[in-house]
Amino acid sequence: MHALSIKDLSKKYKSGVEALKSVSFDVQEGDFFALLGPNGAGKTTAIGIITSLVNKSSGSIEVFGHDLDKELAKAKSCIGVVPQEVNLNLFDYNFNILVNQAGFYGIPRSEGKKRAEQYLKQMQLWQKRKTNARSLSGGMKRRLMVARALVNRPKLLLLDEPTAGVDIETRRMMWDFLRDLNANGTTIILTTHYLEEAEQLCNKVAIIDEGKIIENDSMHNVLKKLKTEVFILNTEKPLDKAPEIDGYTTALKSPQEIEITVSQEQGVNDAFSTLQTSGVKVLSMRNKNSRLEELFLDLTKGQPGEGE
Amino acid sequence: MRIQLIGTIALVRKETGRVLRIWVQTLIPPGITMSLYFIIFGTLIGKRIGEMEGFPYMEYIAPGLVMMSVITNSYGNVVGSFFNAKIQGHIEELLVSPLSEVSIVIGYLAGGIIRGLAVATVVTFIALFFTQINIKHPLMTLFVIIMTAGVFSLAGLINAIFAKKFDDIAVIPSFVLAPLTYLGGVFYTVSLLPEFWQTLSRFNPILYMINSMRYSVIGISDVSIQNALMMIVVFFILLFSSAVILLKKGIGIRQ
Repeated sequence: MHALSIKDLSKKYKSGVEALKSVSFDVQEGDFFALLGPNGAGKTTAIGIITSLVNKSSGSIEVFGHDLDKELAKAKSCIGVVPQEVNLNLFDYNFNILVNQAGFYGIPRSEGKKRAEQYLKQMQLWQKRKTNARSLSGGMKRRLMVARALVNRPKLLLLDEPTAGVDIETRRMMWDFLRDLNANGTTIILTTHYLEEAEQLCNKVAIIDEGKIIENDSMHNVLKKLKTEVFILNTEKPLDKAPEIDGYTTALKSPQEIEITVSQEQGVNDAFSTLQTSGVKVLSMRNKNSRLEELFLDLTKGQPGEGE
Repeated sequence: MRIQLIGTIALVRKETGRVLRIWVQTLIPPGITMSLYFIIFGTLIGKRIGEMEGFPYMEYIAPGLVMMSVITNSYGNVVGSFFNAKIQGHIEELLVSPLSEVSIVIGYLAGGIIRGLAVATVVTFIALFFTQINIKHPLMTLFVIIMTAGVFSLAGLINAIFAKKFDDIAVIPSFVLAPLTYLGGVFYTVSLLPEFWQTLSRFNPILYMINSMRYSVIGISDVSIQNALMMIVVFFILLFSSAVILLKKGIGIRQ
């Protein structure tokens, strides 16, 4: 079953900006779906329309079979959303924020309290239940927004850059949590500028650019389209110039760093053999960018930004 | 239906809880302001004025002062609460939920009415220190307070829906509500005015609300009480419908 089905969705703002141009894509139930794109590509507009915070210009959306134009309340009951910007009531107690949100979804207060406790504990915020959101750090606010999005136990969770600006520890904790959530049946749609995050978490990916979907496939298939990868090799001794290796493009990034471009069918064995013959000892190797990032840059011909 | 009921109760609880949680901001200031009115207009100037329509001046102005604080506070409560929710962004908590527009309006309306009732109680209690109040028609008093608080809560909500900056929520209370309230017969009977101003005053809806309150408390009114009550009910229905339609269209809250 489709968790989300979008057909010919368009949005033209009053300013004349066409944020979405006849966008269509489906998300299957159980998917962990990455919606990627550069700044202003239309990701947040798409999330806004799905959650009815933005009015569409044309097109149709179904959430678990409920048409947003005909069964809006039923569709909304299936959705939880973590927005890009902090939108918490900064003066209310964190516990109350969750209990109230549960109430708005028709969950009785006694049950809402239980769920608030469960998700505050899971997000490691239970100690902060009696403080207000204003006193939380940036990472804690993000976790609180995740907890709030879960109180109605949504079948479809929309995350608009949920880990923007959070520390590495929190990000890893969120990744583990989201993986578990997805494994337990929640369909998740994620927008992020951390392409490593999408590569690590998601099984499906759509790339949107200038309001149009330019790629939509499984993560595995999308990554297969990557023609070349760039690796950084750290050498034991400093070099004067980049070693020449037949069939590979090399460059010296620093005296002890060689950048080497490898096409998909080439592999790296030949390069290492040549380096060994030349007496260059390689201590370590890493991808210059994540594979998805390479593909993203190739497809969008630009740079991934810091926010939309 | 059950979702709407539980959701509405949750929002009503949140909005009324806000009034009581920040009682220093919501209940004390009107108490202090009205005490000053009673001292200055009632005790000091009122003694020189003597009677108005056969009642001691203090007793005459007390219902109007209660209504004045109900109007100001119910309006201020909803315009402030809804606009803050818009500015902070947490209005989205409601917009993404299955809660209907009618439920959202009822939730904010309840907050404004509770604030109006609470302030009316505080001001009436203060008035008892200055004059005696024997309410002639208690049920009508309650009805008039609730409905007037409702009308101005809805007006505040509509103001907040359109408002884009803080100036936009300050303009109406300062330039529309305050003059209409002061010229709505709180401190005088319109029969004292020249005929032109009497006629003009009858276009002021607040005149009807203040006189409804005065009638329900001391039994006199400058206007027909039936017309006054009907006007309050009509305003309530019109503003309630307008607020629901505006929210449905997403004016000021959806792009």
